[in-house]
Amino acid sequence: MYFDSFDALLTMGGHGGFVWSAYLITILVMAAILIAPGRRRKKFLRQLAGELKRSRGDPNITEEEV
Amino acid sequence: MWSFFHKLGSPPWLYSISGVILRWLLPITLVALAVGLTWGLLFTVPDFRQGNSYRIIYIHVPAAVVALAGYYVMAIAGAINLIWKMKMADVAMKSAAPVGAALTFVALLTGAIWGKPTWGTWWVWDARITSMLILLFLYLGVIALYEAFDNKEAAGKACAVLCLVGMVNIPIIYKSVDWWYSLHQPASIKFTGDSSIDTSMLYPLLLTIAAFYALFTCCLLMNMRAELLQRGARTSWVKKLALAGKST
Amino acid sequence: MSPPGSLQFCVRLLRRQLVLAVRRPIEIGNPLLFFAMVVALFPLGLGPAPDQLAGFAPGILWIIALLSNLLTSDAVFRSDFEDGSLEQLLLAPQPLFISVLAYIGAHWLITGLLLALVSPVFALMLNLPGSAVGTLVLSLLLGSGVLSLVGCIGAALTVGLKRGGMLISLLVLPLYMPVLIFGSAAVKAAVTGAAAGPYLAILGAMLCLAIALSPLAIAAGLRISIDA
Repeated sequence: MYFDSFDALLTMGGHGGFVWSAYLITILVMAAILIAPGRRRKKFLRQLAGELKRSRGDPNITEEEV
Repeated sequence: MWSFFHKLGSPPWLYSISGVILRWLLPITLVALAVGLTWGLLFTVPDFRQGNSYRIIYIHVPAAVVALAGYYVMAIAGAINLIWKMKMADVAMKSAAPVGAALTFVALLTGAIWGKPTWGTWWVWDARITSMLILLFLYLGVIALYEAFDNKEAAGKACAVLCLVGMVNIPIIYKSVDWWYSLHQPASIKFTGDSSIDTSMLYPLLLTIAAFYALFTCCLLMNMRAELLQRGARTSWVKKLALAGKST
Repeated sequence: MSPPGSLQFCVRLLRRQLVLAVRRPIEIGNPLLFFAMVVALFPLGLGPAPDQLAGFAPGILWIIALLSNLLTSDAVFRSDFEDGSLEQLLLAPQPLFISVLAYIGAHWLITGLLLALVSPVFALMLNLPGSAVGTLVLSLLLGSGVLSLVGCIGAALTVGLKRGGMLISLLVLPLYMPVLIFGSAAVKAAVTGAAAGPYLAILGAMLCLAIALSPLAIAAGLRISIDA
């Protein structure tokens, strides 16, 4: 590792705020674009499953709904 | 050979094969990103002129490179949709747009953050920054046009035309902005040349560029999977999948 | 009676568009009025100092020309789309590539050409040196052709949409930027006494490229909009 201490790693010779905020924002955006499609897919599958069960008149579901 | 193309046009096949690809590619991407970013952040020596702020290069440059490549992916998918009327190309085009826009945004934002310690200002009307901004506008235009259509088939084709127009324009925009900047370039700003990069800095950069490409591919495939399901909501394979309750 | 050839057809279309425009002179006057009003906004916003205004004048004039071109390009295909004559045009045996050139030509004659011709008045109001006025007119003549061609791509893609007005600026403005760069650079070069020829030549090259390619995109866009 290049940095001697944890403190040096955080401050990076005065540039720490810039470097860390840039990395943090990038990681947040990357997490967002990685997580969003999976969530969209699973939500859609759940919704569709619910609709299909309801339309078939599944007693387990209709009881909950009433 | 031909059967591959026929399979490519089949949503269930594409859905399952992309699931298999993702099972391998996603962990590899995450590891490559983690290794590349940690390497760049912790283990490289600082640039003698810019100090530690240059470490932003390991996210800024890959994001910019892949954002530009993403536009070409989108435009080529659009062209395939227009010429061979392949529905999967339309799915790919629609799925590439938000990922590309997000990466362009990252490139702009990290560029601005990098600019503050390096040039003393958040934003310079530098040729490359300005063309990235225009690229972001092009991405947002495609997304906005897609959302404006109620008929999604027409939306796909209209966006494909727009993407192709944009693709013809990108080199023109880039060259004209480059030229415009060299005319107005203020003397206070100095760039370090690309060739001056040391190999110890180059290897982590190459790794992160590869990792960002993989990230783009992962996000593209995951978006495509969600899109395939939504488009096939009335088909039996999607219903079967939903009832099976399997989330993978 | 044989159907008219494609060039003859194109000329007839052009005349039809022009006649339609002349019958509603307010539509022709609006862009010019817009140009005049926005010119008046800049001294109010930037301050009336003549030297300062003269420095900004090439950029100001070019940006306003670009905006008024953008605002009018939205309407190029709209009325014909609504009354169904655009659909007839698509079914006509004449190639669409040539026919859309008539629409673009009419749009350019009504906005681009007129703006270029009246621009010297506004240039003098903004204190642009007289030596640059000729270059301004020339650059506007060439550049507004490109703007019309590119703007019509946006118009063709959004003609079927109810809320197309704002969208078209989102689609088209990024594509306008190279024209703005070289157009205002030509005028600036003329102001400083440098040769404006190269910039005008680049604008001309852009015009040639746009004439060759944009009718393809416009034709495709119209077909998509009609199908939707």
